[in-house]
Amino acid sequence: MTEAAYRIQGDTGEWEVVIGLEVHAQVTSNAKLFSGAATAFGAEPNSQVSLIDAAMPGMLPTPNRECIRQAVRTGMAIGAVINKYSRFDRKNYFYADLPQGYQISQLFHPIVGEGQIEISLDEKDPEAFTKTIGIERIHVEQDAGKLMHDQHPTRSYVDLNRAGVALMEIVSKPDMRSPQEAGAYLSKLRAILRYVGSCDGNMDQGSMRADVNVSVRKPGAEFGTRTETKNVNSVRFVMQTVEVEARRQVEVLEAGGKIVQETRLFDPDRGETRSMRSKEDAHDYRYFPDPDLLPLELDDSFLEECRASLPELPDAKRRRYEQALGLTAYNAAVLTADADTARWFEALLAESARVQGKGEQEVARAAANWLLSDLYGALNKLGKDLGESPVSPVQGAELLALVADGTISGPLAKQVFEIMLETGDSAPKIVEDRGLKQTSDTGAIEAVIAEVLAKNPGQLEQYRGGKEALFGFFVGQTMKAMAGKANPAVVNELLKKALAG
Amino acid sequence: MTDVTDLGIAQLRDGIRAGTFSAREVADAFIVKVSKAKALNAFIVETPDHAIAAAKDADAARAAGETLKPLAGVPIGMKDLFATKGVQTTAASHMLEGFKPVYESTVSQRLWDAGAGMLGKLNLDQFAMGSSNETSYFGNVISPWRRGGGDNAPLAPGGSSGGSSAAIAARLVPGATGTDTGGSIRQPAAFVGISGIKPTYGRCSRWGVVAFASSLDQAGPMARSVQDCAILLENMAGFDPKDSTSLELAVPKWEAGLSSSLRGKKIGIPKEYRVDGMPAEIEALWQQGIDWVKDAGAEVVEVSLPHTKYALPAYYIIAPAEASSNLARYDGVRYGLRELADGQNLQEMYASTRAAGFGDEVKRRILIGTYVLSAGFYDAYYTQAQKVRTLIARDFDNAWMECDLLLTPTAPSAAFALGEKSADPLAMYLNDVFTVPSSLAGLPAMSVPGGLDKAGLPLGLQIIGKPLDEQGVLNAGLAIEERAGFTARPESWW
Repeated sequence: MTEAAYRIQGDTGEWEVVIGLEVHAQVTSNAKLFSGAATAFGAEPNSQVSLIDAAMPGMLPTPNRECIRQAVRTGMAIGAVINKYSRFDRKNYFYADLPQGYQISQLFHPIVGEGQIEISLDEKDPEAFTKTIGIERIHVEQDAGKLMHDQHPTRSYVDLNRAGVALMEIVSKPDMRSPQEAGAYLSKLRAILRYVGSCDGNMDQGSMRADVNVSVRKPGAEFGTRTETKNVNSVRFVMQTVEVEARRQVEVLEAGGKIVQETRLFDPDRGETRSMRSKEDAHDYRYFPDPDLLPLELDDSFLEECRASLPELPDAKRRRYEQALGLTAYNAAVLTADADTARWFEALLAESARVQGKGEQEVARAAANWLLSDLYGALNKLGKDLGESPVSPVQGAELLALVADGTISGPLAKQVFEIMLETGDSAPKIVEDRGLKQTSDTGAIEAVIAEVLAKNPGQLEQYRGGKEALFGFFVGQTMKAMAGKANPAVVNELLKKALAG
Repeated sequence: MTDVTDLGIAQLRDGIRAGTFSAREVADAFIVKVSKAKALNAFIVETPDHAIAAAKDADAARAAGETLKPLAGVPIGMKDLFATKGVQTTAASHMLEGFKPVYESTVSQRLWDAGAGMLGKLNLDQFAMGSSNETSYFGNVISPWRRGGGDNAPLAPGGSSGGSSAAIAARLVPGATGTDTGGSIRQPAAFVGISGIKPTYGRCSRWGVVAFASSLDQAGPMARSVQDCAILLENMAGFDPKDSTSLELAVPKWEAGLSSSLRGKKIGIPKEYRVDGMPAEIEALWQQGIDWVKDAGAEVVEVSLPHTKYALPAYYIIAPAEASSNLARYDGVRYGLRELADGQNLQEMYASTRAAGFGDEVKRRILIGTYVLSAGFYDAYYTQAQKVRTLIARDFDNAWMECDLLLTPTAPSAAFALGEKSADPLAMYLNDVFTVPSSLAGLPAMSVPGGLDKAGLPLGLQIIGKPLDEQGVLNAGLAIEERAGFTARPESWW
């Protein structure tokens, strides 16, 4: 990679930032990691709590196969080692949102070992600047409940809906060196999780959050002491955290201070990180293997089933869009960055090919262009995302087919699309109802051309005198007179003849 | 007319089936016995209605000509470590005083499904931690036995299943559930002259049993005969998908498989169990047991279990380590006791709740467990203890190459007086010296009465079997039972 390295300019020279992320991703599953309770977001407090989640006396955890399956599939999607033998450990500490008095996690034997993710640092040309970020491990663990401090003046309430929900903790290696890399890593990881379907990636609902480990050093020196900023919940905030925390550390070091290994919090309103607790206050978690659970042993048929169920992943899809469908690198990158976008595009593509009776590669460019410019432009104005699009892939394909077979012109298609957005009607219906059908009737067009030439004798004379640039003027006049409904190719042909006299 | 409360599980079952007596008569007779035995303090809660309901069902089924369930109308006692729906479940701790679960433990549910009724919830050492039943928040259980010669010192019924052992010996119940973590079924059975079996770890579901040490806890039956133990165990054991450590195996027909012939069996005598200072009477009983099994056709061989002496220290690291974590849930937040003075914060609520809710022995074990798991000590204690546990299991594996079963004393002494050892936890822990190794290895093991010591107190013999060989253990127990002819019973003073 040739991109200029990210450096912080300090009084004593340049500093390099070293970043590692621990991402907590909620596993998409109907039930919790060790109980059958539901996991829907936003439910009434304590309405999704089983006896096990509430840690009633004598209750025992039993692993949820679906959660294990999703963790394994995620591991496979990042090319990681899947550990056929893994084990659950207890992390012991007291807190009101932790009913058991311990969290069941995997410290000693995680289910997924080392893997990697390739990130692109140039959106326009994804292959130009890439970097491979190592993944140390993925383990599964229980989420805690949450405390509500705003319900009563002197008391705190506990909501255990989240208690016991399955999380994957995805731990990167300290391989990132800039806020951009951290942001690209998190975005790419989220894209992969969504493709795999193992996490919905909704950071604003807490389904995905990152602990950001940051240290600084003089380029090439040993790693510095790191701090960990907890629970950062958007890509933008992760990038800001890296920036402000690295700068803070440089300031501390250059003032002769030392970085303390500690847990910090990011305050987006003030754009700063604050100390939460230092290493000295750290809990002794007394990890030990959970004696209620047997080691998890995965057999080959289970792994095979997991592998067979993996979808095409973003990198592979992007390359296929470029190579097989002939899309530009940029379009391919944008269309594959998110699983939902790619799914929408592929539905549009399949339907377009079907209604036009052509191969996907023949309709792909028009479909991509329409989606990324016309549809995205419209959605932008409406403040909606693709999932809320008022126009479906099938309706989009109908519109594209009308353009492809010459029924309407490109400019007319934009008008029709506007009407589709307003009314929800299909393109063929709009064209039919409003008589927008493009005409190739040479007689009608010739009559209009004759009129246009008669009305503009000056221009005609100039044209015939050699000013051929006026051809566009005559096309425009003709189209205008025909309210855009004339087939441009036919207009061109007939105009040339008429102008030649 | 026979007093039905002198009868065991099999006789009651058969008598109810045959119509010799009604289930209701049986229930009523035991209910009276229970109500008159308050001096033993064996029960924390009495549940006559539960026993009567089961009896009515049994009688109605019989009247309708239906096939009776395996335990139809047989009333039993339930150790108060098993969660019972709507009935106070305390683990003998102030922490859970008044706690009524909305769920039923798998083991108790199986017994009710088999037609049994519950006479009450039996007292125990608090959270099953103890060997004398002196750690219960609800007071000591008093053994129905007394030493001869006018010595009326109240004796320990053993522990932790001391309410179960006392109630069975006193004929308040014909049988009861127990749980065994390091000997809590076998040692109390030995102390009161009854039988009790801890099956292979994983045979009985732990779901709904208040946890002490998850990797060791195992439910089992206690009764006055080997056959009764077999019947109860058949109706307690079985795979439970709600317990990950439950064994996915069919439950054998242990009662039908009973045979007191030990021909072709080799019985090992582990030499390391001859501990220093073992009373001569225990030594003599052991020899008597050897003679009995030989008489039943077995070949007796000496075997070595070289790591035996490390078993007790390893147990008193592993069990408290697990307990320290298992008992973290008793925090005053969701159920049970909450001590929260005005102005106290969360940490203070934890501290005052747990200080008030747990007894001294429970606190001692939580502290030990917390210590051995803490950073810097984990490897020296917990990891080391797990290695010892592996070696002990290997000792048994090696022994099984030379024999089919092992015969040992159950406990190093007869029942001691209440208060005699309660000031010295280490002396108390030594009571488990013969029972703990098989617990660490997860093996089936049973105690059967062998005879009385000079003071007239019962002594027990322990049989340890290979994994899943409950049948072999029960059969050897039966061979001893037939030869011991143990009929002694405590005279009622309560």
